[in-house]
Amino acid sequence: MNNLASKVSRQLQQIPKSGIRDFFELVQGREDVISLGVGEPDFSAPWHIREAAIYCLESGNTAYTSNLGLLALREEISTYVQRYFGPSYDPKTEILVTVGVSEALDLAFRALLNPGDEVIYHEPCYVSYSPSIVMAYGKPVTVHTRLEDNFALRASDVAAAITERTRVIVLNFPTNPTGAIEPVDELEKIAKLAVEHDLIVITDEIYSELIYDDTDAAKVPSHTSIVSFPGMRERTILLHGFSKAYAMTGFRLGYSCAPNILTDAMMKVHQYSMLCASIIAQKAGIEALRNGAAEVENMRHEYALRRNLMLEGFARIGIPCFPPGGAFYLFPDISRFGLSSRDFAFRLLEQESVAVVPGTAFGVSGEGCVRACYATGRAELEEALVRIERFVKGLG
Amino acid sequence: MIDPILEELQRNSRSTPEELAKLFHLDAAEITAKIQGWEADGTILGYHAVIDPERAGHTGVTAFIEVKLTPEREGGFDRIARRISKFSQVTSCYLMSGGYDLVVVVEDVNLRAVAQFIAEKLSTLEGVLSTSTHFQLKVYKESRFTIQGESHSGRLPVVP
Repeated sequence: MNNLASKVSRQLQQIPKSGIRDFFELVQGREDVISLGVGEPDFSAPWHIREAAIYCLESGNTAYTSNLGLLALREEISTYVQRYFGPSYDPKTEILVTVGVSEALDLAFRALLNPGDEVIYHEPCYVSYSPSIVMAYGKPVTVHTRLEDNFALRASDVAAAITERTRVIVLNFPTNPTGAIEPVDELEKIAKLAVEHDLIVITDEIYSELIYDDTDAAKVPSHTSIVSFPGMRERTILLHGFSKAYAMTGFRLGYSCAPNILTDAMMKVHQYSMLCASIIAQKAGIEALRNGAAEVENMRHEYALRRNLMLEGFARIGIPCFPPGGAFYLFPDISRFGLSSRDFAFRLLEQESVAVVPGTAFGVSGEGCVRACYATGRAELEEALVRIERFVKGLG
Repeated sequence: MIDPILEELQRNSRSTPEELAKLFHLDAAEITAKIQGWEADGTILGYHAVIDPERAGHTGVTAFIEVKLTPEREGGFDRIARRISKFSQVTSCYLMSGGYDLVVVVEDVNLRAVAQFIAEKLSTLEGVLSTSTHFQLKVYKESRFTIQGESHSGRLPVVP
């Protein structure tokens, strides 16, 4: 058969290849690379969580679970979400366990969008938002955040993007790739816009435990989610998971909390496509929520120290970088060196074998910046800084 | 709560004041002063490397000795426990709850030397009622370090 490309759906053909892909190929062939290009913790999942997964297998628990997920897990999620985010969700009807936030996001778009419906999201952002919207036949509407605002989102920019066709606003704070957090007053304004225009908000809270105080690494700042504002619980789909805070990326476990009607709609897609999340991951998730808080804090504290180390390093080298309030990324401004983000990243890899991800992989507004992940051992971070310093000195 | 800088040193005593300064956004001089303070007031007792005895070719023996004592009218177990602690073979000494009073960890060149220490020194001390000795056969974890490290996760080098 010839011309197989034409057999691929037109909808999918519109989606460009991931900007991160060619860079990944380049890095993969090389040894001696220090990678600040990862998007996951360097820790393994805490042992007691892994042990719970082993126990699940040992005791022969290898069957499907309820489509919504194990009730015991949903109950733990309900308790946790209420404590950390505020609102309470009925574990029987308003919580859906998914295969990571990625699946939950896809479910939400497919559950909500009619062809041509507009979804507002902020860039630079995680690479899957726009493609997921397109795959659900929606229209992605980008609002750009700015370096001058430390990549916080201006409510006025959101307001300007709202049209008759707008159905959904997607938020992700702390943000991948910038580490930005949203000031509470702007968040409140966005909440008011959502209420006023009767919009659904999808909030991706995957990094919400990884937040830092600028002066005291041991202090855990408070986190505010848009769902906690008046009128928001009934129009918010809160997405969260275990990947980042519990270092459980490979378990692929996430969840959605939303009013019953929305949960039901997402559940319809989930039951016919995924059926349920792996029971092993779900058992591990129960253990994580019951007994994982201390380990989460240990890891958060370690990230806080590394963040300080990297911020100090960039300051010493003379690369401007705002102190991001969350996640485990820095998004330094490399524009002064007269190279595009892409060229900077490629040449840094070529010359010094340090991998950072070009800011443009996360949207055009990432131009001028690169993403440097500090979820890597301190010794490697120190060495990366030495190499980056040598590299930028060579740029003159 | 223990000072995070102290916690850091507990994990890695080789951290230099300069390194700690970067981690905690403090002055290296401030850190040095803190450490000197802890060393002076006995908060920091000392520094050592944590070794895998097998790899290091360690041929000596380690024994965990349960010791039952008669408490003294004034001072309880303290005087005798301190006395036991002073022997150079004793690497650790803890007062315990339960069926016996002290756990005394003893390291020496061979079994005979440990036996001699117990027979001649430990059990002859006034106040020592009885001892029960357990020899260590293999180390799996030492001071938070597991001996057989984990095969570290094969993270992909670039992930969105």
